[in-house]
Amino acid sequence: MTNILAFSETRLGELRRAGLETVTAARRVADATGGQVHAVLAGAPGIAQHAARLAAHGADVVLVLEDDAFANYNPEALTATLAARLGGGYRAAFFAASALGHDLVARVAARMKLAYASDVTEFVFSADAVTVAHPGYTNKIVQRFVLKATPALISLRAGAVLPVENAKAGTVETLAPAGDPTAVRVKVTLTEKAAGGKIDLGEAPVIIAGGRGLKEAANFKLVEDLAAAFGNAAVGATRAVTDDGWRPHSDQIGQTGRLVSPDLYVACGISGAIQHLAGMRTSKTIVAINKDKEAPIFKAADYGIVGDVLEVLPVLTEAVRKARTGA
Amino acid sequence: MKLAVCIKRVPDMEGRFKIAASGTGIDEAGLKYDMSDFDGYAAEVAIQITEKLGAGEVTVISLGPDVVQETLRKALSMGAHRAVQLKHDAPVSDGLAVATALAAELKDGGYDLILCGRMAVDTQNRSTGIFLAELLGLPVISAISQLNVEGGVVKARRELEGAYELIECPLPAVVTIDEGIARARYPSLKGIMAAKKKPLEVKPAHLGAITYQLEKMELPAERAAGRIVGEGKDAVPELVRLLKEEAKVL
Ligand SMILES: Cc1cc2nc3c(=O)[nH]c(=O)nc-3n(C[C@H](O)[C@H](O)[C@H](O)COP(=O)(O)OP(=O)(O)OC[C@H]3O[C@@H](n4cnc5c(N)ncnc54)[C@H](O)[C@@H]3O)c2cc1C
Repeated sequence: MTNILAFSETRLGELRRAGLETVTAARRVADATGGQVHAVLAGAPGIAQHAARLAAHGADVVLVLEDDAFANYNPEALTATLAARLGGGYRAAFFAASALGHDLVARVAARMKLAYASDVTEFVFSADAVTVAHPGYTNKIVQRFVLKATPALISLRAGAVLPVENAKAGTVETLAPAGDPTAVRVKVTLTEKAAGGKIDLGEAPVIIAGGRGLKEAANFKLVEDLAAAFGNAAVGATRAVTDDGWRPHSDQIGQTGRLVSPDLYVACGISGAIQHLAGMRTSKTIVAINKDKEAPIFKAADYGIVGDVLEVLPVLTEAVRKARTGA
Repeated sequence: MKLAVCIKRVPDMEGRFKIAASGTGIDEAGLKYDMSDFDGYAAEVAIQITEKLGAGEVTVISLGPDVVQETLRKALSMGAHRAVQLKHDAPVSDGLAVATALAAELKDGGYDLILCGRMAVDTQNRSTGIFLAELLGLPVISAISQLNVEGGVVKARRELEGAYELIECPLPAVVTIDEGIARARYPSLKGIMAAKKKPLEVKPAHLGAITYQLEKMELPAERAAGRIVGEGKDAVPELVRLLKEEAKVL
């Protein structure tokens, strides 16, 4: 019962970074407590091609579930399959705290009558328990929980554990679906990437976010340009902006949007309402550009520029591009 | 159509929190309380469904001490038809135990659709609605940003990180509501008056075993105070230098 399972999330045949984070977390535990890392890789035929990357990040065994019924997320079939597998005895299982990760692990937890620690930022394994930290109250409070039963089910906040290579055998084994994977009630009929092939807000090391201070939807071009200059940046928005339809709701950061904590968060024309801060206050470095020097965002920011965002952004974009290309 | 909405009473997220002396809760003094945001959306969605059909009934249900009656009354004043308090005085940190109590109450209610918020904004667990469905043996679609219920089928959309998906399942079902469908309305005076006469039943909560124990709460480390680098575009070179040399993010 010392093995650790890592669920490696895929989407449309691609392995997500979150899928490597869970394997890295599992490896870290297995190295400390003994036991093997078993990574689960599920998808349409062809998904097995990613097994090598899971091995490179520390999977001793890659459990491959290849079936057309898993081309889209298939929550009920995955729940049955994982519950059966975990019932065979594991110390813990790591999932991503993504939309799908939450959905899946909560199902598995209730099926197995096990506690589930969600959105975990820290974890410590001892002989008979796992202690986890999980932010709550719009990230204003850290809640520490103890999980006593095994397997301990944990979903990891994006970026809580960054992927690290640590090559293991990665022996590929077939994982058979439990039951008929097409005889399910909940069916995902379409999975589609958001327009523009954007980087996930949850995974981007840099987020450039815009608020009503940008004045109109077209000016988000300036935000996108700065994101492009960083190269590894995603674009976020306030609720004022998503309500006005300038950006889709999926870009919204805050209490009722996404909770993000990138290395760098640049708030452009954002007032810093408490509900917005709720979603980004744990970012490592925060920059604010706002024409009002009294704007609350400056209290949350490490670095502020008081000024017109429409004027500052093009200059900042150019400077970042130069800094990054060394030109 | 019979609908049920699970509602949690949570503190207003504005302002500062203090940890209570017990170390496992927040100091409630001076805090305002309301329905968790997403639960308010769920109540609104359910009420809109019955308004559109011109038929049906919305039951709102909340687990907690007697103060949750205030939150239930608010949902009644928005337009829900009846309320149930599952009385339990001590705080519960275990979502599975809460879902067990909710499932016991909802199991034989003949509900076509059960709605929850996608996450309580205090504990941020995002799992109660999914637990509930699993315990009831019902299909569930979580964190949805669009919903269409027709001909006994639920069609929904879920936002993923940088993508979305379309999902279907048959009724009866459970859904958990994300931003994007509806915001909770402000109760009208007429609604508030009407709510006073609507039924609110109080029943004991039958919680399951507690397997998820809150050990302690802490305030995160304070951020170091920031600084204004300068004004206007002339401040850009200094900002870039700081991002490079101090924050090391460039
Ligand atoms: C229940 C609830 C949930 C909510 N959830 C969220 C959430 O998840 N996310 C969220 O973001 N909000 C949320 N809100 C809304 C939130 O309260 C704020 O209304 C919103 O964040 C404000 O967005 P904003 O900063 O873009 O706009 P504003 O508050 O209007 O701020 C615009 C800012 O731009 C500045 N500005 C104007 N022109 C310029 C210029 N030319 N150059 C530079 N600066 C300029 C102004 O000084 C101002 O500070 C929620 C609210 C409620 C009640």
